[in-house]
Amino acid sequence: MTDNRFFNRSELIGILLLAVFLVVVLPLTLDVFRLNLVAKYLTYAFVALGLVVCWGYGGILSLGQGVFFGLGGYCMAMFLKLEASSVENTKIQSTPGIPDFMDWNQITSLPLFWKPFHSLTFTIAAIILVPGIFALIIGTAMFKRRVGGTYFAIITQAVAAILTILIVGQQGYTGGINGMTDLRTLKGWDIRPDHAKVVLYFFEVGCLFVCIMIAQFIRHSKLGRILVAMREKEDRVRFSGYSVANFKIFAFCIAAVYAAIGGAMFALNVGFMSPSFVGIVPSIEMVIYTAVGGRLSILGAVYGTLLVNFAKTSLSETFPELWLFGLGGLFIAVVLAFPNGLAGIWGDYVQPRIDRLISLRKPKPEGWTDSSVADGAPAE
Amino acid sequence: MLVGHQPKEFLLAVEGLTVSFDGFKAVNDLSFYVDENEIRVIIGPNGAGKTTVLDLICGKTKATSGSIQFRGKELTRMKENEIVKTGVGRKFQNPSIYDDLTVFENLEISYPRGRSVFGALTFTRDAAVRDRVHEVAEMIFLKDRLNMSADLLSHGQKQWLEIGMLLIQDPDLLMLDEPVAGMSVSERAKTAELLNRIIKNRSVLVIEHDMKFVEDIAHKVTVLHQGQILSEGTMDKVQNDPKVIEVYLGH
Repeated sequence: MTDNRFFNRSELIGILLLAVFLVVVLPLTLDVFRLNLVAKYLTYAFVALGLVVCWGYGGILSLGQGVFFGLGGYCMAMFLKLEASSVENTKIQSTPGIPDFMDWNQITSLPLFWKPFHSLTFTIAAIILVPGIFALIIGTAMFKRRVGGTYFAIITQAVAAILTILIVGQQGYTGGINGMTDLRTLKGWDIRPDHAKVVLYFFEVGCLFVCIMIAQFIRHSKLGRILVAMREKEDRVRFSGYSVANFKIFAFCIAAVYAAIGGAMFALNVGFMSPSFVGIVPSIEMVIYTAVGGRLSILGAVYGTLLVNFAKTSLSETFPELWLFGLGGLFIAVVLAFPNGLAGIWGDYVQPRIDRLISLRKPKPEGWTDSSVADGAPAE
Repeated sequence: MLVGHQPKEFLLAVEGLTVSFDGFKAVNDLSFYVDENEIRVIIGPNGAGKTTVLDLICGKTKATSGSIQFRGKELTRMKENEIVKTGVGRKFQNPSIYDDLTVFENLEISYPRGRSVFGALTFTRDAAVRDRVHEVAEMIFLKDRLNMSADLLSHGQKQWLEIGMLLIQDPDLLMLDEPVAGMSVSERAKTAELLNRIIKNRSVLVIEHDMKFVEDIAHKVTVLHQGQILSEGTMDKVQNDPKVIEVYLGH
């Protein structure tokens, strides 16, 4: 019986292939600079994964995932910045021991809300809890009042705009438009040299697979099926005795926490954090990654993110002015022609051919199809 | 009217129910009572407020004034999902099923367990769930379609599936909005047979236009007109009521 709580047979193969690709193929074929680029792209894959749960399954389009990416990223960056701002490192400042941008802004002591970020344990908890609780508040305020669809998308955009303005405006506390730069060490371990980049890459891939497994678990639980049901017939779910708002809040919080983990990984792997990853434009780009990969596919989200970012890097080097139009065009083309993105193309065209090849080569054992789809196991 | 009855005997007691949409009273000072194990059919011309009455009972629409008591509990102040938990099930006019899920999954979602977020995360498809789904699927003639995607069902089968989704909840009051609309003659006969089988040990409130079907199943008929009760009683009584003939049956 293939009705595992985490994956069925073809999903298991897909996850293994992705693991081989990320853990073996890429590190062997790319130099450290390119591998670090992949690490940067993969931070967005966390966001895209969250959007698969929230938007793909639950039908809740959030155009403000940059907010949670930013909150996670800033939490991590605050910890790293504090470590980089030891009294010894900052002795030329008028107030040594505080981050450089605070000193430039005539702030003379560390603000209260920065203090707990001396602790790594607190920081890790904050990376999960700050965006999670923020999403819980937004989600409760919106979904309990039955705000959804386009209105919800617009409100999340507004939140992204507000947070950007806040970060830029509060320069002394946040580093303003430049963000937090010059992050150096994690508990004394230098994150900048090449070997550290490689270690961080593998750490990130490990976290990504944990997130993939959690998403798989949600997808195969009854909760995953309720999200799909809710997307289609919200009232039927409501009148089957479920509190639709609570399920939406849950999906939105999961997406927020995933985005935040991505943001924290970004601060670690790339070595800085700035408001340019928080606002409306990056938030929409994150939705495009999911759409291109296929909003119903957990693995598709990872591939979509990688593909769009590789295209972005190579095209924006060659045609800097045209890149944004290309991205917009790609989004429209995908939505119109392939609403299920790369995963849809794979499922509709490639997979059937592979299946046919396999079944030609070795005939299925008798009764195999019967037992594998018994008891309403998902057809996919 | 029903002066002689003691209110506490009723499964459902609707009293003075009014809802107004921008001044238009879709339901106006409506009172009626449904007994345990009674099949009540609501008929009436278009726009009489039939669907609105079901919306009010299941909490989809909030009443402007009046009360709806179900087993002594006031439904007008409860949320939709709480009303379901007290034992009220509602079928919508258009078949309201989940096209992207299989028939099995459609039924499983309505199984009354694991309705909270964490309950749904930890829900396991155990033997009790499987047996109940198979049992209900047999009743609604979809036993051999369990693994089929629900969007491949015919219109009539979709109606049955939704009825099945309510059955699996095992409600004390089952509300059906035009269950045979758009069905073929043979499907209608099967649906009547299905309804006659599932009404045991529960009350049913049905909206239906098909008079033949109403005659077959109704214990008592309530005729609504412009949000108010025009006539109430057995099928014979309302059919011979001159007021009813004038506004509805005489057309």
